[in-house]
Amino acid sequence: MNALRSTVKELLGSGAIDVFVGYEKGTRLPRPLLAASADEADKLIFDETCTGNLAVYLTRKDLVGGKKAGVAASWYAMRSICRLLDENQLQEGAVKVFGLTPEGDLKPFDTLADLKQHVQETPPPPKPVEDEWVREIDAMPAAERWKFWTGELSKCFKCYACRAACPMCYCTKCIVEVNRPQWLQPWAATMSNVEWQLNRVMHMAGRCADCGACGAACPLGLPVHIIAHKMAKLVAQSFGEPTDKGSVLSTFNPNDEENFIL
Amino acid sequence: MSAEFEPKILAFVCNWCTYAGADLTGTSRIKYASNVKIIRFPCTGRIDFMLLLKAFAGGSDGVIVSGCHPNDCHYTSGNFHARRRWMLFRGLLDFLGIDVRRIRFSWVSAAEGAKWAEVVNQTVADVRALGPYSEYQKAAEFVAGNEDVLLKEQEVAQ
Repeated sequence: MNALRSTVKELLGSGAIDVFVGYEKGTRLPRPLLAASADEADKLIFDETCTGNLAVYLTRKDLVGGKKAGVAASWYAMRSICRLLDENQLQEGAVKVFGLTPEGDLKPFDTLADLKQHVQETPPPPKPVEDEWVREIDAMPAAERWKFWTGELSKCFKCYACRAACPMCYCTKCIVEVNRPQWLQPWAATMSNVEWQLNRVMHMAGRCADCGACGAACPLGLPVHIIAHKMAKLVAQSFGEPTDKGSVLSTFNPNDEENFIL
Repeated sequence: MSAEFEPKILAFVCNWCTYAGADLTGTSRIKYASNVKIIRFPCTGRIDFMLLLKAFAGGSDGVIVSGCHPNDCHYTSGNFHARRRWMLFRGLLDFLGIDVRRIRFSWVSAAEGAKWAEVVNQTVADVRALGPYSEYQKAAEFVAGNEDVLLKEQEVAQ
């Protein structure tokens, strides 16, 4: 913790970074803190409880736009950052990434190549709870799945916290704000809520880091991250793990295997 | 008039293969079920997944999506992209409990007039057996058909 604070102060002091996106102590879980001065840097913490995906702030023009940023990244945030770099949403050199070693020590990444190598070589933290959800829902008959999801999503009041929390949802004009044509009814209603989640997850297909930030952000605690988790599984099953050679839906392989097209 | 349920089927087809194939079915005088309405697209790659959902919400009981065989795309790779999209979308719909048996995907070339008739007849028979897709339409009409109920809910007691 002290290592992080002193490193951040040093980087801020030397002008190597303008702002550090990190965590401070929260009521229950650590909360995000954008530290731009030595005083603020003194509030920073970074340990294994810091699991929120801070990559989402790196593309926010109002907070980080045009500045050189440092970021404290969990494994899933690192995967998001790699993806954002691949999609040209971040510039190499404009972002300095810090992770944690298994022992809890600070681990700085000097280059993008280092970060990518680390993400590829380190297995993702297991998600037993999410896996169990998917297993249970898959085991239901279709009618019961429909009842479950329409029941859950009928509660959604379209606050779009799931969108705001997602590092990959960086479009400045989202499909839900487009009204020519109006694909999604803007009010909260069961079907348009379902359609919104389908859109969200389809647009994230193969790009999603599967960090679960969408579900954690939901003020109603709806299991929307389970849909994203299922999509990550579908992508891996159908096309293998996503690579940095284009996104899954904007590339293709003539030998893609399906079993349902006549 | 028989009392049998007549499903409404919407077909999203590509201009270069299936649309021409369906034309061939007609010029070959092959009879097939008249439940299907065909919508022509430049390419299967153009068929947005939202269109399928809108078809169900608008009252369709079944959907056919059809285009050129792999390697035959007029635009070289539109159907390959579409295939990837359908693979993920179909799995996702199934996970949410939407009835994927009501969506028929097929490749029908401009020379396969007989195959088009077969695809349509088979889809109509299958969807007829499944019955109307009222679960989906009911959810879609949450507001459209329930204004009175919702207004009552919003009333403030005097």
